Amino acid sequence: MATPAPVAALNLSARFPGSVTADARPGYSGWIVEKGKLLEVTQALRDEFGCDYLSSVTGVDYLPEGKMEVVYQVYKTTGGPGLLVKVQVPRADPVEVPSVVSIYPGAELQEREIWDLFGIQFSGHPDLRRILMWEGFAGHPMRKDWKEAYYEEDGKPFKTRWPEGKHALAESKNPFGDNISYPAGFDPEKWIPEDAEKALYGALARYEVRDEAGLGTDHVIVNMGPQHPSTHGVFRIAVMLDGETVVSLKPVMGYLHRNHEKIGERNTFLMNMPYTDRLDYLSSMSNNFGYALAVEKLMNVRPPERAEYLRVMMAEMTRISNHLMAIGALTNDLGAYFTPMLYALEERELILDIFEAVSGARMMCNYFRFGGVARDLPEGTLQKIKDLFFERLPRRIDEIDRFLTENEIIRARGIGQGVLTAEDAIKYSAAGPLLRASGIPYDVRRAEPYSIYDRFDFEVCVRQNGDIYDRLMIRFDEIRQSLRIIQQAVKQLPEGPVAAVKPAYQVRVPAGEAYGRVEGPKGELGFYVISNGKPSPWRYHVRAPSFINLTAFGPMCTGQKIADVVAVLGSIDIVLGEVDR
Amino acid sequence: MDVKDLNSPGYEIPPEMQGLVAITTLDKVYNWGRSASVWPLMFGLACCAIEMICAAASRYDTARFGMEIMRPSPRQSDLMIVSGTVTKKMIPIIVRLYNQMPEPKYVLAMGACASGGGPFKEGYNVVSGVDKFIPVDVYVPGCPPTPQALLNGLMKVQEKIKGEHWKNSRWYQKGPDTVEIPVPLLGPDLIDPRKIGLAQTGAKGQEA
Ligand code: SF4
Repeated sequence: MATPAPVAALNLSARFPGSVTADARPGYSGWIVEKGKLLEVTQALRDEFGCDYLSSVTGVDYLPEGKMEVVYQVYKTTGGPGLLVKVQVPRADPVEVPSVVSIYPGAELQEREIWDLFGIQFSGHPDLRRILMWEGFAGHPMRKDWKEAYYEEDGKPFKTRWPEGKHALAESKNPFGDNISYPAGFDPEKWIPEDAEKALYGALARYEVRDEAGLGTDHVIVNMGPQHPSTHGVFRIAVMLDGETVVSLKPVMGYLHRNHEKIGERNTFLMNMPYTDRLDYLSSMSNNFGYALAVEKLMNVRPPERAEYLRVMMAEMTRISNHLMAIGALTNDLGAYFTPMLYALEERELILDIFEAVSGARMMCNYFRFGGVARDLPEGTLQKIKDLFFERLPRRIDEIDRFLTENEIIRARGIGQGVLTAEDAIKYSAAGPLLRASGIPYDVRRAEPYSIYDRFDFEVCVRQNGDIYDRLMIRFDEIRQSLRIIQQAVKQLPEGPVAAVKPAYQVRVPAGEAYGRVEGPKGELGFYVISNGKPSPWRYHVRAPSFINLTAFGPMCTGQKIADVVAVLGSIDIVLGEVDR
Repeated sequence: MDVKDLNSPGYEIPPEMQGLVAITTLDKVYNWGRSASVWPLMFGLACCAIEMICAAASRYDTARFGMEIMRPSPRQSDLMIVSGTVTKKMIPIIVRLYNQMPEPKYVLAMGACASGGGPFKEGYNVVSGVDKFIPVDVYVPGCPPTPQALLNGLMKVQEKIKGEHWKNSRWYQKGPDTVEIPVPLLGPDLIDPRKIGLAQTGAKGQEA
């Protein structure tokens, strides 16, 4: 195999003259592809240029220009910066774009999301249904001309709240006194409910028959969730079973869809920071990090040295606390009910104490600012950090490791179960520990170092088997590497200011697009932000690792026993706040 | 129950018998038993659920209040802790879970979202507080409420239980055991069957 050319030097318009042009809008980058050529171009990207990993797909509604755009972000799993490919179509309802699922299967759930929220129809998609809202919901809410029931204005701060602040309850302005709006002429009394589950069960019934031999048996459908003790929140799994064996599985989500992106496009840039805390609520500091990076790219500021170190320390602490929780939850799912979780939570509490001292909140830290962090370490905290991360935690992690990983039940239920091969991991755009446990040493901290990660000495953890056990073990490995990073950062922590710019409620963000990505505890967490120079972002998209990792969930479970579905889900480690946003 | 309460229940006990006999009311014993073994429904909605787990874990430990037995089945639980954002897609399920809980049952709205919509209130898929559909006994403010705040809320539930009289409790009276709440429907937007007439007048208001 010839070594692939570095992505930056890639010249797509030379390869496809006439149908691919460089994106020349000021502040933008990447390539604009003609709709008809999309499949050909993506195929070439994957096979000729070595961009084997589709990281994110998203839609943008350019209402004033009368255009809709689909943005694809592709990488090489060998590292290096990404490449943006865009398709533009005239704005209509519905819009049609060819689906790239046949080339990058990782696009499956993401294209469904774009169909749901933007009304862009992907022709050739194997299972195009709504994903976050329910079938039958009126309209596509992320379109710029779609207004929610409590709509006030396009951007915040709303005039009713600021500067005078005479604000009335949103309910009082709505004709129903509630967060509800119906399409014109809708009569609830004449309305006949449709079977909302028909499409889901129809999709569930389309599976490949793997084993033709033996007796023909009837299959049963089992629903788990949305209220189920081991779905880690309000997640639903619909499975088709042959006896105890899973023949097909569909994740059903949206039960926690809180309209993060729509609200994010009304908020001013800084207002979004506390909202990012609530994405993956177990690791708020990393979410802050990703968003801060994206907006800083647009603003072209860099935080001072001390802030960089604090950021890295906080992000790595978050990783440890998240992985502790993940280990606890996974062992819970494997049958070790709550006891390992108690061990894990005990340590997590100590990390939360540090977060509380530093940011003022245990979980929703809201600590990062554009060009720095909100405040410096309070007195005595550094000593606490030293005690915890140099002395106590290394010992305790070894202890939990010793108790759990040699356990016969965990080995029996983990080894060789729920395997995700390396090819599949790339194909389904898996990220983070899920990808690395399958043998792909891809870590954004090394692949495209951000902040000051290039200064630290740490290893990219990788395991080879891609089974449940490896995904458990890789979390221990990563905790140990994070400890190393924190220890180095504490030793090197310089004195100085913690913010590059004066704190302000409104920041001026020049027009353009930016994609900031960090290696979050669950995988690549990216923020795609488009500014048009106004106080709020025009487009604010989150590349959520928990959500995209679920693309591989169905294939991983097919052929397994129903009891292992729970364990596989636990080993992916999802947080519903991030899956549904 | 305090020793003090046992010794001075409001009836006269001769001094030589104090500490040997206890006089109390049936209500007190009964409520004491109920309030010290509340079984919450194991049911987490969003971020607040994580603080609920922390409250149940080693440091805060709801077991001290007899509340550590979280039941995954609504049929076995007494208390529903609504811990997080209630979405339109989820509310039919929450109402159904509530209907499935046997009386006496209590609801605690944990956090800003469950109490009134919270930071995501303006969202098109968010219900402005779970009390739009099911009756709430205790509200706990915060985003998320700290485990201490949740414990305080749980103690409020206990207080409420302690103030009840078995004789006039609704669930011991004649008639249906529980009051079923109609399950909302998912149409073009959320439809509350209790408000269908209202929706029509509202729709007229919208057109006008
Ligand atoms: S109140 Fe805050 S912490 Fe609780 S669910 Fe809502 S957003 Fe999350």
